[in-house]
Amino acid sequence: MAVTTMIGAKIHRREDPRLVSGEGRFVDDFTRPGTAYMAVVRSPHAHARIKSIDLTAASKAPGVVAVYTHKDFAKVIAGVMATAPFFVPEKKQVPPRFPIADKEVVFQGEAVAVVLADTKYEAADGASLVDVDYDVLPAVTDLGKALEADGPKAHSGAPDNVGWEQTFIPDDPAAMKEADVVVKQRIVQQRLAPTSMETRGVLAEYSKADGTMTIWMSSQNPHLIRLLLVAGLGFAESKLRIISPDVGGGFGSKISPYPEDYLVPAAAKLSGRPVKWIESRTEALQITSHGRGEIFDVEAGAKKDGALVFLKITQYIDVGAYMPLASSVQTVACLVSGGAYVWKHIAARTVGVLTNRVSTDPYRGAGRPEATHNVERIIDLLAVALKMDPAALRRKNFVKEFPHTSHFGLVYDSGAYEGALDKAMEIAGYEKLRREQDEARKKGRYMGIGISSWIEICGFGPSAGTAPGTGGLGLVDAAQVRVFPTGSVAVYVGTHSHGQGHDTTFSQIAADTLGVPYDSIELRHGDTGEGPAFGHGTYGSRSLAVGGMAVHKACKKVVDKASKLAAHMFEANEADVVFDRGQFYVKGSPDKRKALGEVAFAAYGGSLPDGMEHGLEAVAYFDPVNFSWPFGTHIVVAEIDPETGEVDLKRYVAVDDCGNVINPMIVDGQVQGGIAQGIAQALYEEVVYDDESGQMKTGTLTDYLVPTANEFPMFELDRTVTPTLDNALGVKGIGEAGTIAASAAVINAICDALAPLGIKHVDMPASPDRIWKQMQNAHGMSHDGKEARK
Amino acid sequence: MKHKVATTINGRRHEHEVEARLLLVHYIRDEAGLTGTHIGCDTSQCGACTILIDGKAIKSCTMFAVQAEGRNITTIEGMAKDGQLHPLQQAFWDEHGLQCGYCTPGMIMAAAYLLEQNPNPTDDEIRKGLEGNLCRCTGYVNIIKSVKSAAATMGGATATPAAKTAAGRS
Repeated sequence: MAVTTMIGAKIHRREDPRLVSGEGRFVDDFTRPGTAYMAVVRSPHAHARIKSIDLTAASKAPGVVAVYTHKDFAKVIAGVMATAPFFVPEKKQVPPRFPIADKEVVFQGEAVAVVLADTKYEAADGASLVDVDYDVLPAVTDLGKALEADGPKAHSGAPDNVGWEQTFIPDDPAAMKEADVVVKQRIVQQRLAPTSMETRGVLAEYSKADGTMTIWMSSQNPHLIRLLLVAGLGFAESKLRIISPDVGGGFGSKISPYPEDYLVPAAAKLSGRPVKWIESRTEALQITSHGRGEIFDVEAGAKKDGALVFLKITQYIDVGAYMPLASSVQTVACLVSGGAYVWKHIAARTVGVLTNRVSTDPYRGAGRPEATHNVERIIDLLAVALKMDPAALRRKNFVKEFPHTSHFGLVYDSGAYEGALDKAMEIAGYEKLRREQDEARKKGRYMGIGISSWIEICGFGPSAGTAPGTGGLGLVDAAQVRVFPTGSVAVYVGTHSHGQGHDTTFSQIAADTLGVPYDSIELRHGDTGEGPAFGHGTYGSRSLAVGGMAVHKACKKVVDKASKLAAHMFEANEADVVFDRGQFYVKGSPDKRKALGEVAFAAYGGSLPDGMEHGLEAVAYFDPVNFSWPFGTHIVVAEIDPETGEVDLKRYVAVDDCGNVINPMIVDGQVQGGIAQGIAQALYEEVVYDDESGQMKTGTLTDYLVPTANEFPMFELDRTVTPTLDNALGVKGIGEAGTIAASAAVINAICDALAPLGIKHVDMPASPDRIWKQMQNAHGMSHDGKEARK
Repeated sequence: MKHKVATTINGRRHEHEVEARLLLVHYIRDEAGLTGTHIGCDTSQCGACTILIDGKAIKSCTMFAVQAEGRNITTIEGMAKDGQLHPLQQAFWDEHGLQCGYCTPGMIMAAAYLLEQNPNPTDDEIRKGLEGNLCRCTGYVNIIKSVKSAAATMGGATATPAAKTAAGRS
């Protein structure tokens, strides 16, 4: 087969034959001989003191192997869980967290005891017999009330509920006064449950004989989890191996370490048996970190001609009861708040608020969907106030020169924002749509057109920019390339694929860089027992721009060494050796060639140049010089049923730019899935807690509305290609783009549809119920002869 | 107390002694050892555990193993024949109808029943036919295309590829 130009080709995924055949291997598909199954007894209360735990009945139940509580785990787990949140230096309080509650529970679902039994049914039976006596305490369930001085505290004895408070850039009253038009809006980002179709799960096996712990778990970043577990569990990294096999989706929820990641291996050590725990869906909704959960106060001003003057953002994050590792990543919503536009001034402040709910943590986009939603909504509100077309207002204020340094000191690498807007408007038929809208409005129909010109920061990230915010870890990534004597190749990477198709795309990169057949490359990830010593896994649309570049770099190292060896074999100067699609020749003699495979064999042979070591393999760590900045424009056409308030998405157009594309099929798939999750937030999904008790009301998929195939139109996709100049492949990232863009496009279309009623803003999810009430309210005010307002 | 249950799964006879409360999906995964059938929820919403019983799509978490006594079960592992992927499996591969692959076995089994009932479905009929199966990765776009493509391969007379394909650069 052809050995070149795999990059950019539509290659069908090599992952798929096993996955369509039921031959995938997910955590629950692994069982070790003698496995005991773990069930977790969880707090039914949002906030309570544990008075006593009676284990008598559970311990005697059939099949029960052991019942453990805090006092047992305290013997084998040292210290507290890693909770130091990333990127916000000004933390007020970080509640220490042990993986299982001792005297106080602070959210519904917090672990109180675990039961091990011979079967999962017996474990569940045993757990139901654990009798916990609670003293219920007042719960903090509302962001606003949490900040009141006299209100209850999420943790007993805490001075307040402020987790962090930081002003990134203060107000500039002088700049604000320059605006002719000012708009303000409070925007709610409801809590979302990430809901990967495979829940979390952990299987751990301890070998007393050699002191090793092997853990199979559903994780986006097994190396990071290993780093965090070794301290708590008392192992060297060489003795603790984490295998994240096929992982059924993550969306950010499988980044941070969870209590069960500690409890399962600890229980294996305590009991001497392999232990397996697979999260139920109700547990997933209750205890796996949620996304979003924020309130933003957004204010912006512009000159009469539409020139943007200032943007002011205040972010309140419902952190939940504890701060997982990445909980403050959502503050990136402040750092990219300006979006695709030039502002004279931006002010941004974030407040992290502790509540008696499960923690929030990154969920697809993490801060960037919120930033896009804020800025794209406020641009539309300004357009209404200025009586300007929203596309024209965007165009006038786009960043047009790159690299562009933002108010926050971040450098947008490359972009052509107008190009994406133009293309999206052309595909949508924007002018025609506006005419159709005029006609529709005359007939009393509510048709709207919503634009979202999104940008994102991704490709996390340069070590100089990330290590100070993570407690010292540079978010670089690694690859190891082994060329075997016969020329076949194994590539090991520190990223992790859970749907992104890296086995295919990274092999495309390796095939082109080495010039060897794609099929000769084996791509492996997800096992800390092999490959490079460290890697950061997959999140934040980083895998290609960081991990893919590591593959490229390691392959280059291999080629460099092979060139030296080829020169030796040709008895020529290295400078005269040409590497051409997997073959070496000496300048001027292109018909006399040696393939990489021949050189590889020689690398294990008897005639090497002086000083050259045997073998042909390389490890490379890639440290990007910058974050990467994809962008695009999405346009939504929606119509609202005046009788029911239901939103009908008529069309969804997306033009995205992620720089150079390795595999267009996979890029489109990422965009489609991302858009679906953004629409899901805009229209359907919300984690709901009871205001009084803090009890979750959306504890099953009956109540938490993950959309079905019925809820989405076909998406009309296209792209522009603006490579980044910051890496050799010119690639950025695409995993989160759709989600970052979509909610704003949908809500802008809804608000545009409802503009004749004077409705300026609709919060999410824009359910029929919510929209119908706003329409009724607007109608009522109109009937009174007053100006219709929200 | 345990009960004898005998089933035929993918053409092979299985006999086990099981508790009356054992869910069929656990029987298939843990007793028969066929782990291609997945579990994604506790309440029969997600469809990841969809199988065929006597040719009809069933969420295997909605039945007890003992209720499958004497029944003929097909799981995802039984779809390929003589080393050849079933047209639906091939179409999901060709059309990028899966990403993480966790929902895929259930999705393919539900689609198999759909095409059995309606060999030439429209996009909306496919959506309706698969509304009991959740996918979190794909936005369903390529799943609909996959089913359409498989329908064409399997002989649906007027089946055409789904409209509005992406990017057009492949």
